[in-house]
Formats: sequence, C-alpha cells, structure tokens
Amino acid sequence: MSQLSVKNLLGIKHLNKADIDLIFETADHFKEVINRPIKKVPSLRDITIANLFFENSTRTKLSFELAEKRLSADVINFSASQSSVKKGETLIDTANNILSMKVDLIVMRHPNVGACDFLSKHVNAAIVNAGDGTHEHPTQALLDSYSIRERLGSLQGKKIVIIGDILHSRVALSNIYALQLQGAEIKVCGPKTLIPKYIENLGVGVEYDIKKALDWCDVANVLRVQNERMAINYFPSTREYTQLFGINKKLLDSLDKEIIIMHPGPINRGVEITSDVADSNQSIILNQVENGVAIRMAVIYLLAQQIERT
Amino acid sequence: MFGTTMSKKTLLNSKEIDIILHRLACQLIENHNTFENTVLIGIQPRGTYLAERLMHILQKEYNIQNIEFGQLDITFYRDDFRRRNAPAEANKTNINFIIEDKNVVFIDDVLFSGRSIRAALTAIQSFGRPSNIELLVLIDRRFSRHLPIQPDYRGRQVDVINQERVTVNWEERDGNDTVYIINN
Repeated sequence: MSQLSVKNLLGIKHLNKADIDLIFETADHFKEVINRPIKKVPSLRDITIANLFFENSTRTKLSFELAEKRLSADVINFSASQSSVKKGETLIDTANNILSMKVDLIVMRHPNVGACDFLSKHVNAAIVNAGDGTHEHPTQALLDSYSIRERLGSLQGKKIVIIGDILHSRVALSNIYALQLQGAEIKVCGPKTLIPKYIENLGVGVEYDIKKALDWCDVANVLRVQNERMAINYFPSTREYTQLFGINKKLLDSLDKEIIIMHPGPINRGVEITSDVADSNQSIILNQVENGVAIRMAVIYLLAQQIERT
Repeated sequence: MFGTTMSKKTLLNSKEIDIILHRLACQLIENHNTFENTVLIGIQPRGTYLAERLMHILQKEYNIQNIEFGQLDITFYRDDFRRRNAPAEANKTNINFIIEDKNVVFIDDVLFSGRSIRAALTAIQSFGRPSNIELLVLIDRRFSRHLPIQPDYRGRQVDVINQERVTVNWEERDGNDTVYIINN
C-alpha cells in the first residue's frame, strides 16, 4: 500500500487504518528530512498550493506553510480578513478565482462545519481540511496520534482521555475517530455543559471527575477553553473551571503512574493547565508541534501524488 | 502472442560475484587507502546490500575499521513524481554524519538510465558539500543512459536490450547470490 484511499483529506472519518499507517510511515521519512542540515526535498516543485484561512490561525497556518515549502511547492496565502470575502464573494467564487491561477491543492480553514466537503464537490483541486468549525481538524488528530505512538510505540489498547471543551472542539472529534481506528480506548472529561449529548454513541466513555479520569488514562489530551466559541456561559467562571478541570503538578503527583500530557495549543496557561505541567518532561506539547510539520508534509505529499498532470 | 514466455538467464553466479566484490573492495582501497576521509553511501533500496557486502570484506578481510557508512533514499528527489503509474515507496535514509569535505562513494547494484544517481547527487547535498563523489556499481548496462553519468568502479559491463531487466539477488534477502537477465 503506497496510496491513500481518498483524494482529499476532509476528515479522519473518511480514512481507514491503512491510510493512517501510510501517513505515519511517510511522516517518519519526512521527520528525518526536517532534521537534516538542509531540510528540503524537491518532490512538489511543480505543485502550487493555496492556503485559504477564513478563520484565524497561527500554528496550523505556519505549520502547513512550512510543510509545503519543505516539499518545494509554490505557496500562496489568503486570509479572509484582508480579502474580497468582506465584499460579499461566495466561497466557490473565491476558490474558483484562485484555481484559475492554476492551483493544484487547497488547504482550507473555515468557521463553518462542512465547508471543505462542500468545496470539494464544486472545485477541481485536492482539498485538505485545516479545521472546519466545530467539526474536524484531521491533521491535528494525525499529529496527536503520531506523537503518542512515538512515545508509547502503539495506540492499540492505550487509554486516552480528552479533557475540556468537547462540545466546540474539532480536535476532539477528529481525535476520537483517529484513536478508535488505531484501537485506543477513549474517555472525555469536562463540565457537563461542554460534553455533547449522545457522545457515548461514538463509543466514547464520559467521566466528570478529573481525578478518576487521570487515574484511568495513559495519556491526557488537554484542550483549550475556547472562549471565542462560547456565546453563552457554559461554566460559572474560569476560576471554577480551573479548580475542577485544570491540570496541575499536585494532581499529577497524586497519581501512581506518570501519564503523558498533550495540548493542541494555544495554551491558556494557568487555566486548563499550569505552566509547570506544560513545561515538564511529561508534556509532549512541543513534540506535537515538530511532528505537525512532518505529518502535514506526508499528507500533502501523498495527496499531491494523486493529482493528475495536465 | 508468441512472446509471452519469460526467459531468465544467469549472468553471474555466486562465485563470480564473490570474486568481483573482492576486486571492487581492492579498487576502493587503492584509491581511498584507510578510508579516513571517505564515506560509503548505499543507494536505497537495492544498493545497500552491495554496500554492506563491501563493508564486510573491507573490515573482515582487509582489516580496515571505522569506515563511515550510510544509506540514502532518493524517493523524494526522483524526477518522475506523478509521472509513474505506481507511486514510489520511500525507504529509510540513515546518514548520521556530515559529509562536508568528505570523499563520497555512491554504491548501487545496477546502473541503467542514470536517473537514480542524478537524484542521489541532489539528495546528498542536503548533508553538506562533499569534496568529491564517485560511483560504484555491480552491473553497468551499456548504451542505456539518459544522462551523462558513468561509474568509477564497475563489477561487470553488459549490453542488454531495452525490454530485458537485470536483477541482482542477494543471499541475505533472496537466498542466493546471482545476477539474472530476465526477458519478459
């Protein structure tokens, strides 16, 4: 197997286990590449990629752009805040205008759920979802799994708890799909108001007691409190959230084992996680960022391989 | 409709390969002496078997120790990305040293179009600027080059028509040391 089963990366939901294995294997090679004195390969020199960001992003955008440049693709960037979107242009028109400039692949982040699926049906380019609303963020889930695999060898039978705002989190949903494909057990933990109803239907356990959740798990993926997506108050105060669900050194020291701590960033230090935990040896937060570039190189390389030459 | 049978003839048997490997090892010693400033690079996937054999002879029979040895994968440097029917599968690159100002010897099993070596010449630049690069191959297929690339050390030169393939079997992988010419 050296080809993905899909032509676009819209979500982990559309992938199978073999796809994930292939992406990880390819990422292994690219991780070696980005640790060379010269960190670049010429594979995609005849590919042009547009990064369409209709929603703010720092890390994901930088990571994608770096991955594209390390593969020698030509890159154009677009952010909604400085564009014709403000003048009322539709998504398809924006995309088609960009495609007329001979773009082969689009990386898109959009505040609306399903925007990438929609675009993939209407434009002739490979699409990579870099986050669509509260739906999926597939490359984040891939790099999370890859980072866990790097530490623990395999995901099979490992216990992962995802902590925080599950309701608004595309990272949580993509992670659940990705971890399940690899045979991990998953629980979510957070305030009742931020746990979606019927989440058990996905085969995920729910735990409201942070201590019990941490006692159970091998890995804790701590999510950010997304104040910008909360039009109403889902919990009384940030302070109360921190007291009930914040991860601190004392809490981790009370466990009888050392668990792995992850965070997709950006961190609200002192809210969902304290600085001493985020910067400790248990934390693989910066490994996640490094692996993000390798994973995105792998995804783009594998999708570009399938783009027909014109 | 008549030409469907595959023919396979032996070009070199294990004894002949063994003699050639010893000659190639001696030629390397002639030019590189103690290998103090030389690195051997096996081109993945098939060149690494040959490289390991030569390493073994140099170490065990000529007692040359501490030879730096790496494996270079050229998949991401190929010039046929999206032009092949089947996607190329990458292999491990394993070069844990800087090649700046070193004498590099590329080692591959069969030299055909020269495109792999072209890719390897680009790939190796990521690890520094070598003082010079040489090429060692077990089989040199004459009159088949697409690029102006020639070996510095060759095991055996052969004239093979285009639809024929040269395949090198190694004992550690295929159970025997043999070079075949296959016509299909």
